Amino acid sequence: MSGFVSEATGLMDGHVDDSRVRGDLTDEVPDRHPRRPKERAQRPRTDQPSALNEVGGSSVPGPGGDVSADWLNDQEELRYGAQHVIKLFVPVSLCMLVVVSTMSTIGFYSRKDVFLVYTPFHEKSPLTSTKVWNALANSAILMVVIIVLTIALILLYKYRCYMVIHGWLILSSFILLFIFSYLYLEECLRAYNLALDHITAVLVLWNFGVMGMICIHWVGPLRLQQAYLIFVAALMALVFIKYLPEWTTWVVLGVISIWDLVAVLTPKGPLRILVETAQERNENIFPALIYSSTVVYNIVGTANNETTASSSGAQMDSPGKSLPSTQQGDAESGFVPSWREEATEREAARHRAIEEEEVQIRPRTTNRQSDVANELGLGGGDQAGEDQGREAAGRTPFRIRDDEERGVKLGLGDFIFYSVLVGKASSYGDWNTTFACFVAILIGLCLTLLLLAVLKKALPALPISITFGLIFYFASYLLIAPFADNLAFHQVFI
Amino acid sequence: MTLCEFFGCTFLAFGPAIAMLTLTIAQDPIAVITVFASAFFWLLSALFSSIIWLLFGLTGMSQEVQIALSVILSVLCQEGFRFLLYKTLTLLDNGLKNMLETHTHLIDRKLMAYAAGIGFGVMSGIFSLINVLADAVGPATMGLRTGSDKFILVSACFTLCFVLLHIFWSIIIFPALDQRNMVQIAWVLVTHLLASTLTLLNSSGHSMLAIIPNYILVLLTACVAFHAAGGSMNSLKAVIASR
Repeated sequence: MSGFVSEATGLMDGHVDDSRVRGDLTDEVPDRHPRRPKERAQRPRTDQPSALNEVGGSSVPGPGGDVSADWLNDQEELRYGAQHVIKLFVPVSLCMLVVVSTMSTIGFYSRKDVFLVYTPFHEKSPLTSTKVWNALANSAILMVVIIVLTIALILLYKYRCYMVIHGWLILSSFILLFIFSYLYLEECLRAYNLALDHITAVLVLWNFGVMGMICIHWVGPLRLQQAYLIFVAALMALVFIKYLPEWTTWVVLGVISIWDLVAVLTPKGPLRILVETAQERNENIFPALIYSSTVVYNIVGTANNETTASSSGAQMDSPGKSLPSTQQGDAESGFVPSWREEATEREAARHRAIEEEEVQIRPRTTNRQSDVANELGLGGGDQAGEDQGREAAGRTPFRIRDDEERGVKLGLGDFIFYSVLVGKASSYGDWNTTFACFVAILIGLCLTLLLLAVLKKALPALPISITFGLIFYFASYLLIAPFADNLAFHQVFI
Repeated sequence: MTLCEFFGCTFLAFGPAIAMLTLTIAQDPIAVITVFASAFFWLLSALFSSIIWLLFGLTGMSQEVQIALSVILSVLCQEGFRFLLYKTLTLLDNGLKNMLETHTHLIDRKLMAYAAGIGFGVMSGIFSLINVLADAVGPATMGLRTGSDKFILVSACFTLCFVLLHIFWSIIIFPALDQRNMVQIAWVLVTHLLASTLTLLNSSGHSMLAIIPNYILVLLTACVAFHAAGGSMNSLKAVIASR
């Protein structure tokens, strides 16, 4: 926690500097430009925040201080890159924590009695071969459902049926927040043998659900919104764990990551088409279904910063979020936003396809905020935007900064399938396996982000992580766990 | 009782590691990633060790010999992966250095070694203790599997010992590999072998015989690590005096 505080104050200091020099910024930045662009080109994406650092760095007076300032900048940039990784680690871990603790305390979710309609084969036969074809058939059916829904989504989007899409999203989040939460609450109470009268239960659920709907689809404090998204992803993961037959779950995990690869990377992949359409229209189709590490309002601050200090380069953060006020920046900003959008899209589509999901209807909030920002004009924009953010989100300069660094986003689908894997691993009661999967998935996520930094194109987040997770699940289930148990039993330590 | 035992042993084994993680590592994102990376490398080494163990099992040797041999090989395996981790991190650091055209290390080498040690230690601690702890919460654990009623406590003591040792070993071996200091590298290898083989005594019921020398090893290794990290008597005094 103290780290955060010092970080925040550091950034605040930087910010003060920054606004102080804002006046002569335009003089200074061009000087640095000739040298910078070359370096920047070689830099990984995670280092993009350089805009921010340059602005800060340009307040260092003479060329004498340049070397050390540069070094500091580089180190700072590295730290920011790493910070983004952490900003995904924390929510992913929290989501897994919810799922694993639920799995280990509430028997309901590990009991197999009812199954999804999409999985008609229940693997009841003792024969392995029958189980295998059951699992394959189940996952084939599920994949067909997913593909059909994805295509339906693309068509809806192509013909601009936004109302239908939003209706769909709102309905599914409604179902999750009310019905599935009710089931969850009921099972919690049952597991701990607690009594609760219906009136209280209804009151609690109503407040919980309505607040969730407001936070997710409209406005709400960032932390609360993130908490809801994590909870919803965890609920969804629990549903998958409970209602998918044993082997089907594993096959589905494998197949969905392959689908992820195909849909995002092949030239005619549906999600890719979706993204390209979105880019053509210069808008952000489904800002939904995405966990974002930064708050929407901050874009206001960013937008203004960028326009004020427009000389500081092309790294616009905002375009990904379809702000009217930043569309000019959009054009020049290359593919970084597109990466973001793509990620968004692909997640969105996958999710939607899989069915009930979470949604954030961002555009509405965003547009409102940016309209306000536009009215405020450029001059006082920075300040105003910041105040705006502060009012709306609580703590500001820090986050505005963050957004300049471009907040990291991860689809809720990735949350869900990561949690399904870890939750499934924990359902066999071996904690070694659970931890092995946890570490493997996070390392996979790390590698994906690294690849993203190097390749700078849309990448599916599932394949590497899930592959690692599956390998380590089976490896530790079959190999490491017996060895570790044996050592623990003989109290031998290695 | 079970719950008390669970919490007591958990915090005995992981308390120091948790304190280090929250107070020194959590603030630094790069260190956190290093911790995860090294945990992953430990996992890989455990995977290889268990394959070796299974292969020994196939040869039909007696269980004691099988465990003893696989412990020795797994120690070598872990040190091998520690070396690989060192190589990977150094490569990454150099790569970044070239890419950013700077001449200083972007990652603090000492912090890197420390974080790597924590990752190794915590992961190995988790693998050796967590299932025992999970059993401890369960209904009635006194004299687990007709064993001694001190079983969990002894396991927790050893886990703490190995968590600390792993941290110190990493702190020692990273700079030693930088400077090709063979004495310190040998120290790490030998103490690791010694500590692990000492725990073989546990199954014969003489856990005290293993615990005491192991903690002496911890103290000695701590001194070496302190020295390797650039500490001296004077700096220690300065730290104490400044309080």
